[in-house]
Amino acid sequence: MKSLRRYLDKLKPHFEKGGKFEKLHSTFDAFETFMFVPDKVTTKGAHIRDSVDMKRTMSIVVFALVPTILFGMWNIGFHHFKATGQEGTLFEIFWLGFLRVLPIIVVSYGVGLGIEFAFAQFRGHEVNEGFLVSGMLIPLVLPVDVPLWMVALATAFAVIIGKEVFGGTGMNILNPALTARAFLFFAYPSYMSGDEVWTHGMIQGEGIVDTFSGATPLAEAAAGNIDKLPQLSEMFFGTILGSIGETSTLAILIGAAILLFTGVGSARIMISTFVGGLVMGLLLNAFSTAEGLSETAQAFFSVPAWQHLMLGGFAFGAVFMATDPVSASQTPKGKIIYGFLIGFLAILIRVVNPAYPEGVMLAILLMNVFAPLIDHYVIENNIKKRLKRAKIKA
Amino acid sequence: MSKVIKIKKGLNISLLGTAEKIMKKADQADLYAIKPTDFIGIRPKLVVKVGDNVKAGTPLFFDKFQPEVQFVSPVSGEVVEINRGERRAILEVVVKADAIIEYEQFKVADPKDLSREEIVEALQNSGLWPSLRQRPYSTIANPNDIPKAIFISAFDSAPLAPDMDYMVKDCVECFQKGINVLSKLTNGKIHLNLNADYPPADTYTKAKNVQLNYFTGPHPSGNVGVQINKIDPINKGDIVWYTYPQEIAAIGRFFEKGIYDATKIVALTGSEVKNPKYFKVLNGASIKNLVKNNVNDGELRYISGNVLTGSKIEDDGYIGFYDNQITIIPEGKYHEFFGWAAPGFKKYTASRTLLSWLIPGKKYRLDTNFHGGPRAYVVTGEYEKVFPMDIYPVQLIKAIMVEDIDKMEQLGIYEVDEEDFALCEYVCTSKTEVQSIIRDGLDLMRKEMS
Repeated sequence: MKSLRRYLDKLKPHFEKGGKFEKLHSTFDAFETFMFVPDKVTTKGAHIRDSVDMKRTMSIVVFALVPTILFGMWNIGFHHFKATGQEGTLFEIFWLGFLRVLPIIVVSYGVGLGIEFAFAQFRGHEVNEGFLVSGMLIPLVLPVDVPLWMVALATAFAVIIGKEVFGGTGMNILNPALTARAFLFFAYPSYMSGDEVWTHGMIQGEGIVDTFSGATPLAEAAAGNIDKLPQLSEMFFGTILGSIGETSTLAILIGAAILLFTGVGSARIMISTFVGGLVMGLLLNAFSTAEGLSETAQAFFSVPAWQHLMLGGFAFGAVFMATDPVSASQTPKGKIIYGFLIGFLAILIRVVNPAYPEGVMLAILLMNVFAPLIDHYVIENNIKKRLKRAKIKA
Repeated sequence: MSKVIKIKKGLNISLLGTAEKIMKKADQADLYAIKPTDFIGIRPKLVVKVGDNVKAGTPLFFDKFQPEVQFVSPVSGEVVEINRGERRAILEVVVKADAIIEYEQFKVADPKDLSREEIVEALQNSGLWPSLRQRPYSTIANPNDIPKAIFISAFDSAPLAPDMDYMVKDCVECFQKGINVLSKLTNGKIHLNLNADYPPADTYTKAKNVQLNYFTGPHPSGNVGVQINKIDPINKGDIVWYTYPQEIAAIGRFFEKGIYDATKIVALTGSEVKNPKYFKVLNGASIKNLVKNNVNDGELRYISGNVLTGSKIEDDGYIGFYDNQITIIPEGKYHEFFGWAAPGFKKYTASRTLLSWLIPGKKYRLDTNFHGGPRAYVVTGEYEKVFPMDIYPVQLIKAIMVEDIDKMEQLGIYEVDEEDFALCEYVCTSKTEVQSIIRDGLDLMRKEMS
């Protein structure tokens, strides 16, 4: 440690102003602060500062994602073995998934961090830690067999158009990970939806047993095949088809617990999102017998509201996506409205739109856009209260 | 007991080195200084030069904008140094004290028999007027204003704060006399704000001409800004004055004896003090004798005031005019290997991102390290957890950053002060220097309104 520190201290002057590699200051700074918390002390204001910093906060989120990652890897292997009619040990199953997911993670981090470093360098900023989370979220919301070049393209799009054009971390309007997903969803829909993309190897179609259906539970529900919905326990533990990290409600809840306990994730947003989804689900249930609905629609409408929360990407979106503090509402009251509307709209889009059986991504992106408006009215309310108080006195 | 106002949002940072309630007498300090930088917005004009002899109560300088307000020497002796900083701004006027202090004699009378003008004049000449400050802006009160109320916070909730009950327990009469003086200055109420968590000293509870208010909850419940916000918030155009118990006692003493008696009690606190105790000193004293053989080794940060809002001084620096606490903590000039990833049992955080929450009730030895680098705002909701006023702190800060005066006003800048944001600054994950932003905003506002 000490020799490393000495080595860094020796290198440092070259990267400072006037040094040989002055232009690479941000890069050096990023690596240095990664290994050592800086020795900077307070000069004005409070003399002591909290021990938390952006690196800590972001690594907590990544830590909270670990259960979903591990489960997602296992789940990929599980379904591949099931689809091809083979048996495998726990390790074989996990290893297969691990080998599938790792390259996606590597590409996402490599491309994203590369662009982040380049922009930080160009602007003379510090490298922000925000992408540590986005880089992990992007793989988790993609189907397993997505080509790696698409991951790279989507990540680049998300970081440049979704984030850097607005001024970088902290300034973006849309959630970067969802921007990446939305990009692929609309640019390459055949790789992002359908019955074949969710199981590893199914696109090539080799050795898939005839009885295996690659449709996600949501697709079945949208087609009106309510009887084909998996068991509740399967939905909860996550042995269903879906994007890499979204299937296990249990793993997501463990992550949620970590986020809430450490205070990193907003409880207001999470809870109100679930409440919003539940309310919409109940509304749909109430109208499931309405006249003029087709039989398929009636069936989809009648999926119990609380089961909606375990299907598709709802739980994942509510816990990890909606709570992104930069793209969410920032005021305490605004967060409740924002979360509620995400849940409410997600289920509405999911059930009522005719084109595809999921709505969480679009609901969150839509509310990302409206978050500043919600905040505006919440703050306007505070301003009015203050003016009123002044008038009463006067 | 009247209504108790409950403050829910806030944070008590538990530090090592609370002062024991034992009064120690240190050797009288050699040097004393009055620091114009303690007073916000004044432009000092010297009336003495190096080599002049002064008495306790002799003016050292006055404010160009309010020439009647005198800043006087706390001791008799010789002016030995006038320290200047950038652009020759006066930082310290240093007086070397005589062994026996001689006092300027002022004419005294019972405040009850004096008019408002006479009281104002007496306070201005005696050097006690600067003890009265106003909100908004925290500048020295302007005698031409009639404040809508005067607020006194009689407890300090900041980390390692001294016990204000202990500090005035012996001056029941002068405290009451001081209150009587204040009551001549306003037509409104005098709010004396007490802590509901323990029975306050008789000095406060038996005081007349005041309204007692009780507060409970974590820091910043003792901040006068928070108390004003909860009891009688400031609207545009309102002016409220505020002061503290020791200052009131000093005013009372002045009207009793007719001399400027700058005695005050300070607490010597912090993890690096070997014997944290209370000391009776004169205002502006050098801390040299207090810390001699009384601090641990290592590079230390000496603070006049508390760790959140105090100002950095040297190890032979001077106690600030308004401060009644000296805090000494370690400097934090070290690199921590993978510090952001370590479990963090020994480090303190208000969040639960470190494992130190496993050890509740632990007292910490915190240093001046930043624990990270400055970043853009990412985390939301953390200021709101420690900011008890009905104001949106982040939005106000952003309005100040872009110098949007209308927005600043709408979002409540008149109601806040730097110290109210000290906890926000402490908890900030992005390491934003919040207090200096707020000060810039207040300065900008003051310039705009004058």
